[in-house]
Amino acid sequence: MAEVIRLEGVRKGYGGGEAPWVEVLHGVDLVLHEGEFVSLAGPSGSGKSTLLNIMGLLEPPNDGALTIAGERAEALDDDARTRLRNRYLGFVFQFHHLLPAFSALENVLMPVFAGTGRLPAGAREHALALLERVGLAEHAGKRPVQLSGGQQQRVAIVRALANRPRLVLADEPTGNLDTQTAAEVFALMHDINREQGVTFLVVTHDERLAQDCPRRVNLVDGRIAPSPALVG
Amino acid sequence: MSFVVTVAFRLMREGRFQTALILAGVTIGVAVVVYITAVVAGLQANIIDKTLSTQAHLVLKPREDENRRLIAPPAGGAVRAEVEKRTQRENTIDDWQQRLDAVRALPGIASGAAIASGPGFATRGGINKSVSLIGVELDDYARIVPLAPKLKAGAIALPTGTVMIGSELARELGLAPGSRLRLLSATGAAQTFTVGAVLDFGLRDLNRRWTLLPLRAAQSLLGYRLEVTELYFRADNLFEADALKARARALTGLDADSWQDNNAQLVVALRSQSASSMMIRVFVTFAVALGIASVLVVSVVQKQREIGILRAMGAPASRIRAIFLLQGALVGGVGSLLGTALGAAMAVGLSRIAITPDGSPLFPVVITPGLFYVTAGVASAVGVLSAFAPAWRAARLDPVEAIRHG
Ligand SMILES: Nc1ncnc2c1ncn2[C@@H]1O[C@H](COP(=O)(O)OP(=O)(O)OP(=O)(O)O)[C@@H](O)[C@H]1O
Ligand SMILES: [Mg+2]
Repeated sequence: MAEVIRLEGVRKGYGGGEAPWVEVLHGVDLVLHEGEFVSLAGPSGSGKSTLLNIMGLLEPPNDGALTIAGERAEALDDDARTRLRNRYLGFVFQFHHLLPAFSALENVLMPVFAGTGRLPAGAREHALALLERVGLAEHAGKRPVQLSGGQQQRVAIVRALANRPRLVLADEPTGNLDTQTAAEVFALMHDINREQGVTFLVVTHDERLAQDCPRRVNLVDGRIAPSPALVG
Repeated sequence: MSFVVTVAFRLMREGRFQTALILAGVTIGVAVVVYITAVVAGLQANIIDKTLSTQAHLVLKPREDENRRLIAPPAGGAVRAEVEKRTQRENTIDDWQQRLDAVRALPGIASGAAIASGPGFATRGGINKSVSLIGVELDDYARIVPLAPKLKAGAIALPTGTVMIGSELARELGLAPGSRLRLLSATGAAQTFTVGAVLDFGLRDLNRRWTLLPLRAAQSLLGYRLEVTELYFRADNLFEADALKARARALTGLDADSWQDNNAQLVVALRSQSASSMMIRVFVTFAVALGIASVLVVSVVQKQREIGILRAMGAPASRIRAIFLLQGALVGGVGSLLGTALGAAMAVGLSRIAITPDGSPLFPVVITPGLFYVTAGVASAVGVLSAFAPAWRAARLDPVEAIRHG
């Protein structure tokens, strides 16, 4: 199976200057393949969000190699990183982070719109179809504040898929939802993964949700450790 | 619509209150600039117009006599000498027709006229009044000093044996068109004229002293034979008079004075007025620029989470920058439209309030299309420039930080 992303010896730390230098990631090796659905677990503060931000090209690693879709990405300049992010990656955050000034549909269109600077033909139809897929077609014109938490997060998932990415990075996408809704949103991501072959990396603390994931990885002491469940 | 335009508009709509405040600020600033520009331009044009309604733009006169040094200083040495200014003879210009034609032919000169003038007296019924005898060829002269608007009684014409006089002289000597008037010169020559017209020159002193008579008559009264004392010229553009002066001087060998030389105080006053109005405009522009910049900076801080999200979605830094530059341009552009309208309305309103007793405006305000274009252009440019700092700040935001703390 084709590799979607590859990390080799990725290191990341914070501080310097006044503050002491603290390394969070001590050399992460990780390869994700096309169509995988991977859960990422680890104690709070272990660096899961940091890792996702690096994989998502939101911040560069201090050291190590990062390959996305066959392209070395750790040393790209801001514009090139932005372009790669826009074309290959989708984000879902713990808080929906929808833009309050735009409708659900406009939010879904935002990755296409922001990346190309305009709306290509067919983008609207594609976005509407995605909203329809998650049962939100009739809410397309609503502002985020007019939607429930579960609906907001579903719009956010759809937004992450709008530009037909190869990899969706989801950082505790259900952390803010009640158990029932969280399970539904998780199931939705599984379905989309199966239907569209998009790779998912999902950070979750919820053991029951993680159980359903075919592949589970842990972040321990700044390194990736195979999940005990998988080893056992 | 493009991403940049859509997002810029949406952000401005979201921050309605701020947008309204900043628009009001730009509008008021632009209105002040337009108002001051229109009023000052109107005032100055009016003052210049009034001043030049009895003056030529360029006056050529005979060279002043100077005493020659009797002893030339030896090479490398010096001579202590006191050279007195000599009294000036009543100098005249001969060969004037040729010189008049030569200067008239200069590009930038609209028209020219020869004047033979000198001191004299007007007498009637035993009353003597000191006057200026001004001999003119009426057609030429009227092209330089417009007479029709000054006519109070009679007709603008100077056939042989007639004179046109100022309204004060007419009052003092009890003259009306058709009255007879005796004019004497310092040489003792005298002649009786018929009053053809009474004129109002706009200045009491001129109204008391000026008598316009045919050139021939003035020449014979003043004992000049065929010479004249001055050549008057009108320039196409009155602000080129100074530049034309040197060329006319070189061409004729005569002394030349521009209207600026003859009205030095007025010119200084106009200049300092222009300078202060320019200062006001510059400072207002700065204040407007700072206002735009500070509101946009606040808006960038308020919207940093949104900016971070847009960056995470794949909006390049350049597009984020463009969003805020566009907001600056929009605020400047729209504010300048509202501001020019308001400023023009205020200037017109002032010209309605400031009126002469007869109901005509004290001065016309000058509102040109150019003023609109320049103001709109400058305001938009100032908007964009003021948005530079906020826009760069927005583009440099670290998306991770912006999303976490926004
Ligand atoms: N910009 C930063 N400056 C300094 N330290 C940072 C910065 N970002 C993250 N850290 C530190 O890096 C460590 C890892 O943070 P991170 O957010 O990646 O953890 P996490 O695994 O996502 O935790 P959680 O499960 O609570 O979300 C933490 O100790 C955090 O304080
Ligand atoms: Mg985290």
